[in-house]
Amino acid sequence: MTVTETKPPVAPTATEPASTVPPSRGSRFTGAAANYIDERTSISGLVKELGRKIFPDHWSFMLGEVALYSFVVILLSGTFLTFFFQPSMASVNYAGSYPPLKGLDMSAAYSSTLNISFDIRGGLLFRQIHHWAALLFIAAIGLHMLRVYFTGAFRKPRELNWVIGFVLFVLAMAEGFTGYSLPDDLLSGNGLRIIDGLIKGIPVVGTWISYLLFGGEFPGTKVVALFYSVHILLLPAILVAALGLHLLLMVVNKHTQFAGPGRTNENVVGVPILPTFAAKAGGFFFVVFGVIVLIASLFTINPIWTYGPYDPSPVSAGTQPDWYIGFADGMLRLIPPGWEIVWLNHTWSFNIIIVILVLPLFLGLVAFYPFIEGWITGDKREHHIAERPRNAPTRTAIGAAGVTFYAVLWAAASSDLMATHFQITIEGVIHVLQALFFLGPIIAFFVTKRICLGLQKKDHEIALHGFESGRIVRLPGGEYIEVHEQLDDYERWRLVSYNEYKPVMLRPDSKGRITAGERARAALSRWFFEDRISPVTTTDIERSAGHH
Amino acid sequence: MAKNTTARTSGTANRRGRRHPLATVALLVIGLLSTGGAYALFTGTASAAPATVHTQASTEEGKKLFAANCATCHGLSAQGVAGVAPSLYGVGAASVDFQVGTGRMPLANQGPQAEQKPVQFTNEQIASLAQYVASLAPGPGIPSSKYLQANGNSSTGAELFRINCAMCHNVAGAGGALTEGKFAPALSGVLPQHIYEAMVTGPQNMPVFNDKNLTPTQKADIITYLKYLDKNPSPGGFDLGNLGPVAEGLFIWIFGLGAVVGVTIWIAAKAN
Repeated sequence: MTVTETKPPVAPTATEPASTVPPSRGSRFTGAAANYIDERTSISGLVKELGRKIFPDHWSFMLGEVALYSFVVILLSGTFLTFFFQPSMASVNYAGSYPPLKGLDMSAAYSSTLNISFDIRGGLLFRQIHHWAALLFIAAIGLHMLRVYFTGAFRKPRELNWVIGFVLFVLAMAEGFTGYSLPDDLLSGNGLRIIDGLIKGIPVVGTWISYLLFGGEFPGTKVVALFYSVHILLLPAILVAALGLHLLLMVVNKHTQFAGPGRTNENVVGVPILPTFAAKAGGFFFVVFGVIVLIASLFTINPIWTYGPYDPSPVSAGTQPDWYIGFADGMLRLIPPGWEIVWLNHTWSFNIIIVILVLPLFLGLVAFYPFIEGWITGDKREHHIAERPRNAPTRTAIGAAGVTFYAVLWAAASSDLMATHFQITIEGVIHVLQALFFLGPIIAFFVTKRICLGLQKKDHEIALHGFESGRIVRLPGGEYIEVHEQLDDYERWRLVSYNEYKPVMLRPDSKGRITAGERARAALSRWFFEDRISPVTTTDIERSAGHH
Repeated sequence: MAKNTTARTSGTANRRGRRHPLATVALLVIGLLSTGGAYALFTGTASAAPATVHTQASTEEGKKLFAANCATCHGLSAQGVAGVAPSLYGVGAASVDFQVGTGRMPLANQGPQAEQKPVQFTNEQIASLAQYVASLAPGPGIPSSKYLQANGNSSTGAELFRINCAMCHNVAGAGGALTEGKFAPALSGVLPQHIYEAMVTGPQNMPVFNDKNLTPTQKADIITYLKYLDKNPSPGGFDLGNLGPVAEGLFIWIFGLGAVVGVTIWIAAKAN
């Protein structure tokens, strides 16, 4: 079942009779058809190459697939929706079948979305599939990114693919936001109004950009049409291109794998695409599709009919963006009131300027993390073995700090719902989150790092001495000992095979100087690696084996 | 020392085993979440308040009830006590019917705002109390039943609701947070009479919507819309509390992604 990629089994050539049994009519036809295509496209080389691509069989390696499959579902359901959606803000009078909106003036976009929901067969299901799949898409991307981050799978040679993946994440968020804005209902209009406010808060050019985007004063009459083109043409095209590149680089770089017997930095152990993985993946696609359709058929999402047509005056309580924009909304909610000054006849809205500085800084750190870590550690080697998070305590701790930071912002976006549902004051929620905004990541960093080191120590102990069996034995001399069960070699291999890093030494360069950059790097490297547990060596194991 | 392989497998993860060491934990979590989720889904908050029938209410009876249950805070002649409770002169029968009829009064405890608790009096007693308080000074009365039939224009009602009420009560009437622990309650299952009285009297932090602001017909339209929402569950399926994107996001992370990750674990386990 499992195959090692470096040694592909020899494929039977065409001249060799594969079996003595004469081929059936069906397989003769398949063979002839395959041959026909191959003679005209020479595709067999590609199939042979791709068909032998190996996928390691750890569940966490399938999260990217979940994202891919949800994206396919989004494309399919989205195409259906384009047949009926009218991206126009022209005013129409609603005469569809939802009573509480009858006779109201609304945009054609909103009216057509209502028609999709109530008057087109299967339309509501497709809308809900599209929206739920979008939420799942971005959630799966997020989880996939966390997996890649915490196993160090972004290290050389995969740094570029991490950046492409990050671009996919941002594109997915942009797709989500433009899609959220299309129905032109109250919720999406409120979301756009917040974006409008953010843009107008940019010093000097903000107002100009806002007028450019909305074609005049918000909400204008053209933003839906603009977002529609961006949502169904521009962004998907870039997304598909980046996705292709992402998958191509994945094939070129091959998969990472967790350490294990027979798994080295030079090979990949797992199942090949053809036939096993392709069958599994195909089945998995339908499982993901099925889960999305099941959710979409049972649970309402974005009930635009209750939100009503967009009108700049009402803002509903509990107005939130979709989850993936929540962190930005949360950051806005955490800014204390009154951070505004007038200077040079301009209003400087630091309540907004800070947000549009901090969030890109955070996202930039995520995007360029592989290069930052690579520079600090000075590690130029290729890494194909996924690290267990505990074996890179500082990275894992940084990741936990980042997750905490994101989670605090995310939670802040639902501060009002936390207040009502847990019966606490909204000011209390906000103040706690404001404190956590600064303290949370720091606490998370230290706690995570200590947990990782503790787990490493435990692994060290187990690799050397086995684990306590709970069996107490009295020796003939009367001494009591607890029997330690030894690990077998396979288990131990998993525990001991990881790289040990040491802080970069501060050395003068060729001109005999020590630059400030090198000093900074040495300091960071020391911070990164000063607390570490060395992996157990063969000598350690042999020495400890003597005790037992 | 002899290796005891069976003991070993029980102590640590068996590398080739079909079950991940966390499988039991994962199963437990899935089980707990699904039962908890199902429980949360199926326990509605439908309150079955009895229809209000006014019989034999009397000011005299009301006065006695007031003295026994309300006077501690509001004063023996409903004149109010500074820093404890407001004067009730001019609040009208509507106010009493709303506050006592929804269980907000007598107050459960001093807090940011009056919490609803089970109604303490019979309809008759409430009517008596209302009659007594109304007899002290003129104020808004019990609304006429012709505005409470929920047969107005739901479309106008929905629009008025979005403009006047949704900023606190949420577009779907799911409620929302106010400052300092106060909140706008959810409106599902509230009796038409109480909705009308709330608009007229402005209980707690709610502003008063008098008849110049929203005409009685418009109030009836708003009631029509709210009753429409009550009677017609979401066409899209379970509404997840009508809480909008937060509930949807939580749902997809916990149940959507949870289910899919469960499947990935299952598929990967089958590989061995």
